[in-house]
Amino acid sequence: MSADLHDVPGLGTPADTEWETVVGLEVHAELATATKLFSASPNRFGGDPNTHIDPVSLGLPGSLPVINEEAVNLAIRVGLALNCQVQTSVFARKHYFYPDMPKNFQISQYDHPINVDGWLELPSGKRIGIERAHLEEDTGKTAHVGGGGRIHEAGYSLVDYNRAGVPLIEIVGGPDLRSAEEARQYVTELRAILVAVGASDGKMEEGSLRVDCNVSVRPEGTNRLGTRCEIKNVNSLRSMGRAIDYEARRQIDLLTSGQLVEQQTRHWNEDEGRTHALRSKEEDYDYRYFPEPDLLPLVISDHKVAQIQNELPPLPQDLRRNLAKAAPSVDADLIGLIVERGLYDLALAAFDQTSGNLRAIKRLRNHFAHDLAGGHGSLLAKALIDLVNMEEAGDLTATQAKKVLAVLVESGGSPQDAAQELGFEAMDTGELESLVDSLIAEHAEEWSRFCDGDGKLTGFFVGQVMRATQGRADGKVVTQLLNSRRG
Amino acid sequence: MGQQRITRAECVHVAALARLELTDEELDRFTGQLDELLDHVAEVEALDLEALAPTMHPLLFPNPLRPDTPGEVLNRDEVLDQAPYVEDGQFRVPPVLGEAP
Amino acid sequence: MTALEIATAVRSGKRSARSVVDEYLGAIAEGDDDIHAFNMVTAAEARTRADEIDGAVAAGQDPGPLAGVPVALKDNLCTRGVATTCSSRILEGWEPPYDAHVVEQLHNAGAVVVGKTNMDEFAMGSSTENSAFGPTRNPCDLSRVPGGSSGGSAAAVAAGFAPVALGSDTGGSIRQPAALCGVVGVKPTYGRVSRYGLVAFASSLDQIGPIATTVADAATVLDVIGFTDPRDQTNRLPDPKQVSDTLSDGVNGLRVGVLTELSGNGIAPDVAARLQVAVGALESAGADVAKVSVPSAIYGLSAYYVIAPAEASSNLARFDGVRYGLRVDGSSTSDMNTATRSVGFGDEVKRRIMIGTYALSAGYYDAYYGKAQKVRTLIINDFNRVWYGDKFDLLLSPTSPTTAFSLGARTADPMSMYMSDVCTVPVNLTGQAAMSVPYGVGDDGLPVGVQVMAPVQGEPVMFRAAKVLEDSL
Repeated sequence: MSADLHDVPGLGTPADTEWETVVGLEVHAELATATKLFSASPNRFGGDPNTHIDPVSLGLPGSLPVINEEAVNLAIRVGLALNCQVQTSVFARKHYFYPDMPKNFQISQYDHPINVDGWLELPSGKRIGIERAHLEEDTGKTAHVGGGGRIHEAGYSLVDYNRAGVPLIEIVGGPDLRSAEEARQYVTELRAILVAVGASDGKMEEGSLRVDCNVSVRPEGTNRLGTRCEIKNVNSLRSMGRAIDYEARRQIDLLTSGQLVEQQTRHWNEDEGRTHALRSKEEDYDYRYFPEPDLLPLVISDHKVAQIQNELPPLPQDLRRNLAKAAPSVDADLIGLIVERGLYDLALAAFDQTSGNLRAIKRLRNHFAHDLAGGHGSLLAKALIDLVNMEEAGDLTATQAKKVLAVLVESGGSPQDAAQELGFEAMDTGELESLVDSLIAEHAEEWSRFCDGDGKLTGFFVGQVMRATQGRADGKVVTQLLNSRRG
Repeated sequence: MGQQRITRAECVHVAALARLELTDEELDRFTGQLDELLDHVAEVEALDLEALAPTMHPLLFPNPLRPDTPGEVLNRDEVLDQAPYVEDGQFRVPPVLGEAP
Repeated sequence: MTALEIATAVRSGKRSARSVVDEYLGAIAEGDDDIHAFNMVTAAEARTRADEIDGAVAAGQDPGPLAGVPVALKDNLCTRGVATTCSSRILEGWEPPYDAHVVEQLHNAGAVVVGKTNMDEFAMGSSTENSAFGPTRNPCDLSRVPGGSSGGSAAAVAAGFAPVALGSDTGGSIRQPAALCGVVGVKPTYGRVSRYGLVAFASSLDQIGPIATTVADAATVLDVIGFTDPRDQTNRLPDPKQVSDTLSDGVNGLRVGVLTELSGNGIAPDVAARLQVAVGALESAGADVAKVSVPSAIYGLSAYYVIAPAEASSNLARFDGVRYGLRVDGSSTSDMNTATRSVGFGDEVKRRIMIGTYALSAGYYDAYYGKAQKVRTLIINDFNRVWYGDKFDLLLSPTSPTTAFSLGARTADPMSMYMSDVCTVPVNLTGQAAMSVPYGVGDDGLPVGVQVMAPVQGEPVMFRAAKVLEDSL
């Protein structure tokens, strides 16, 4: 025992030791096929329970799996996008009993996955190893009824097999990430790649992208890996970051107080902000993998790999590189954001038409990027530039510009037309002046406090004007008017 | 018969893996019978298998894949009609202890 | 009447399908109480179907090559809306929402399903005594077993309850009962017949095949069921040849080997004697017969009794009381699963699940499953040397080391039961075709079967030899 303890990185080190967090992620992504991995019932989110089922996805006696060609193609696309070797793969059965798994085994890939040995490049340029990216089927869903839906207090459970058999790709990254922030960058980049190649919609909130985190710690400068824990149930990028930070801290506290980290699977509890042990390595499942006898090895021809490689769309890293070249003055963060938001085409065109002027894109980021997570729809670069010019000339208020932009994204067209249709005529200055004066008269007390220098009252008066004009007034002009009247 | 190839304790473990509950009598009997079979199977230890690849499938064919076209789904009522316990269009089971792996 | 005679009569309008079906249903009603070949007789459905066929004939349509032919189905073949039990409590009352591929094919050929036949539970056994619904008896001698696991199907054909039946063969489960009941039984090349809708025992070994009173009937049924089916990814034989067309082409000039490892030690003398008569018959018909050795064939049992249980332990994991079949309640899902499986499975099934689970479990995989798969390779290599090196067309052996044994004789000793499969398991491991042809009787007056083995896709030649043997009697 004592000899072994010498090998534990960081055990019993002083409290002022500098620690390094080591993270490797396993990401499951649902593939965007029309049907399930091994049968022809629809791969569709939601729906009435148990309506997307067939003998195969329900695991009925006598049913047999047949591999979906599109799932294979998408898996190869992901593999190539992650710089993997695509190889002959073998499906295997992974056994454990769970009611939402209709056969009580999952058809997965074990020692011969379809994609191996790749890497993903973070926007920073750092490469993260991809050990494998393999195909497997999803399980159904178990809902725990009673006891507030908590598993341990539930009175009973209900099982829906709509999701059973949906194709997944499991992407296993190497232990190359060094912080929660890097992990966030990795998942963001991976999601962008999955979306770019059309493999998945990448929606973490709907569960089509799921992340398990392997976390360990070691003193800065050591090479050996510490004992890791696998963290499950992180359902957003934010909770992933919190879970990694919490878990690293927990492990450091154990080691500095002379205790060992036990290899465990742990559950992230979002409400409590902590992880708790699900099971130890000793209690781990004996999955009894063996080659799926109902499926033959999946042989992929070199020709097919070459064909898919040729058809691969540009990847986020390519787009970033192109953009950086086209617009050298734009900082890397903004380029990252543009690509992440799917605004690449628009941004490139806008740069082109304004000889590299960044205003249009900065406007996009400042005001609208959040709403454009799904891309820019029908918005054309020219319309965007015109819109920004209108706003800067004071023809539209910021609020109005935002509404116009929404119309342009939805149905295209010019901002002039859209503004007119929405009734956003610039207000006559005289009209605005008389409105401001009447409001000052109406709110004498507030006005005197404003004149005494209570800055909070600016918002009050602007708000009153906005309400009276239903947002047509330009807030900046109103502020100017107020200031000029204070004298 | 040579050394014991499977113990009663191992049989208990295997039964749990397979979700079987065996009586003491069954455990005693199965341990002996499994041991006898495994002893017979051990005859292959005499063979030189080093250079051989395992056979997973008796025959290897070209492997045509399925086009990604939706097909018929089962009628839910017909399926649920066969289930032991149903509620709200779903399969009802007693409480599930523990998360899926 | 043979199936071919029935089909000819029905197609030409000389006899109604309804009268044929009524006749067979009558025989079942009269005789099956003693034999218990059937778990369920689908009399009403059969009569309705027979009337449909008669209607089609009257309308000038051809119902197909099996028009009006009553067929018995092993109870592990899924039939839509008709209970499919695998002779297990755990599936009692389960009515599948779909038909097996072979059931569709039979239907399209004009056949009439008369019932589901008894079997060893989940096809695990060699005597049909491992049925949750009681054993089937051998129609040739009611004190003897019919063999297994397709004992119900073989007994039904031997007793005249149906001219043809379907069974499944994982380690001899069609051929051995066919031999013990004195009928023809065929295990096609792996991948020839779609397994879609066959409740799996051991997926890499299972194959569906016909049982019939004549070689020609068996050939007709195989030609009907052996169509490529996109729902079974292992059902991909390139261009399978029909067997009926060349049935009478004889064996002149064929090279036939008597497989010494499966024909000497452990074979009852009266059975061995019948094999010698068969050799003479083939020689008289112009075949060149020689002894041939496949040294690894005797290791077939050891590989088989690891691989088959391993796959079975996996295939049977789905029987858990959640979606269909039996449920025995428990305070948690895990307890419910365990209670259901412990009550629902019989002794032999539990035993094999235990063996298979053990063979796949951490630390034992390489020693057992991995090694068995290598033995499988060795056996395939040895057979391939005989087929493609020594240029043999066919191999011969007895189908079963003995004639039908008495009920209860081997139930207490699983190993002695497993030994019943010694001659039949090798071709399941290699994927080759083989069939059992009834060839006279042993000293006890009970049927003896001769096994004809062929290389992969060798069915046409195999059937030619079977026909010669049949005609020589």
